[in-house]
Amino acid sequence: MFLTRYFSEIAEAVGSLLKGMRMTGYYFTHHKEIITQQYPDNRATLVLPERFRGEVVMTHTENNEHRCTGCTACELACPNGTIKVVTKFEVNAEGKKKKAVDKFVYLLELCTMCNLCIEACPTDAIRMAQTFEHSVYDRSQLTRILNKPDSKLQEGVE
Amino acid sequence: MSDHNHIKLPEGSIGKTTTTLNLGPTHPATHGVFQNILELDGERIVKAEATVGYIHRAFEKIAERRPLYQITTLTDRLNYCSSPINNMGWHLTVEKMLGIKTPKRVDYLRVIVMELARITDHLICTSIVGVDAGAFTGFLYVMQYRELVYEIYEEICGARLTTNMGRVGGFERNFSAAAWEKLERFLKEYPKAQKELEALLVRNRIFYERTRGTGAISAERALNYGFTGPNLRATGVDYDVRVHEPYSSYEDFEFQIPVGTTGDNHDRFIVRTEEIWQSLSIIEQAYRKIQSFKGAEAEVYHADVPEYYLPAKEDVYTKMEALIWHFKIVMGETDIPPAEVYQAVEGGNGELGYYLISDGGRSPYRLHFRRPCFIYYQAYEEIVKGSMLSDAVITMSSLNLIAGEMDA
Ligand code: SF4
Ligand code: SF4
Repeated sequence: MFLTRYFSEIAEAVGSLLKGMRMTGYYFTHHKEIITQQYPDNRATLVLPERFRGEVVMTHTENNEHRCTGCTACELACPNGTIKVVTKFEVNAEGKKKKAVDKFVYLLELCTMCNLCIEACPTDAIRMAQTFEHSVYDRSQLTRILNKPDSKLQEGVE
Repeated sequence: MSDHNHIKLPEGSIGKTTTTLNLGPTHPATHGVFQNILELDGERIVKAEATVGYIHRAFEKIAERRPLYQITTLTDRLNYCSSPINNMGWHLTVEKMLGIKTPKRVDYLRVIVMELARITDHLICTSIVGVDAGAFTGFLYVMQYRELVYEIYEEICGARLTTNMGRVGGFERNFSAAAWEKLERFLKEYPKAQKELEALLVRNRIFYERTRGTGAISAERALNYGFTGPNLRATGVDYDVRVHEPYSSYEDFEFQIPVGTTGDNHDRFIVRTEEIWQSLSIIEQAYRKIQSFKGAEAEVYHADVPEYYLPAKEDVYTKMEALIWHFKIVMGETDIPPAEVYQAVEGGNGELGYYLISDGGRSPYRLHFRRPCFIYYQAYEEIVKGSMLSDAVITMSSLNLIAGEMDA
């Protein structure tokens, strides 16, 4: 009685182990089904989803124009003070003073990619870029000015 | 005279027969930042002392100074294995306070997202139990299927782990075609992976012997501690927030609540495995329900609440009203009414509750997160006392203790 139970338990144990080993063996012989990607060799073919939130960038047209009016809504929406919008006053053709963006400072090291600033921007001036390789050797390189030098506000945006 | 007397040993340390072991705060066997000070007699634990607070980030205090929509990013970082559930729970809390009624389609979309998150959460937990019992392979296999879920998140909101998904009133964007495609693929391929994982672990003799009878807690003690979720259900109590206090239209779905009997590591594992199957069936039902919407209803992805839901960008640019609402919401100028609400959701780990008090103004007066892990960890000392050191490690992972949720 005892012996039969003893042996059947051993048989069951070996059976259950073999069942597990079969799984392992399956992938050992079917290496086409293994999904490991050869990053970074496959960089060129890597496709990221359209909505992927990599980093905040400012859209510029080919005439070096952006759509940021300097309203600071994004700065207010950011939960951890990543954005600092430095504004200046510009005098337009009619001699009126107008607020405009001087420097759009973005501190990548503080950003959590939460998308709140993008949603807050009324003019769609900023967007999320599909990049993810953010490592640099020096921390200061993570502080970015998003509006390009000498860029202007796009015509018709206010 | 007594040169050799300058070392002062603690009282009673010479005659001591037990060893003190610091398991954690950064120990490979503790998945997260926990410290357990164990008193060992050989390999048997005679006394345990659990320490909390290593990654305390004062979320409840930070939340008191933020407008409601910025608190979602904090909830991401509670149980990071299932952050969409936390996000949705927070939105539901705010909606309850503001009295917002969401359309059915939004509810179903939320159900899909929450059940996907539950699957990933349980997947990590069950496979980590395997890792701690010495079976690493299963863990690696399921990662590729968890990846499918993370890709769905990416298509919905753009992030993988800290999702910050949705807004008060619904989602920020409708699900994209690619997201639906990936969901279909997941529903088709996932059952095979789950069967693989079960073939590796369930009824495996070594795994069975390691988990059966270890780390057990009785139903009574579990209830006294305030256990919820899979850990309570493993003891045989059929408490599930989704059924007892349905939120987000869970009452429209057919599903079963698996329960265990002994409340040990093995039962917790089996309960979670079965819940994955139930979640899959809920997702399928929700998917079918969503497909049955026709016409304009099939495009709804948020409630019609201009006071709290950011208007579309085109409207902001062309309509005065939308522009005003937009800036009011972004600046947190929309006053919230004085109220006191409690909303619980069935998180990956158990009842995740939000207790929100507002006295008017732009941010909460007080916000408390009821984090199930914090409660489980209180019972950890009692559970591991008298067991072997190696069982204590399995117990920790099968309780699914997540440091981020424990410490808030
Ligand atoms: S993505 Fe979030 S954290 Fe980053 S800048 Fe925008 S609002 Fe701030
Ligand atoms: S990026 Fe948008 S929200 Fe931010 S200052 Fe410019 S216009 Fe305003």
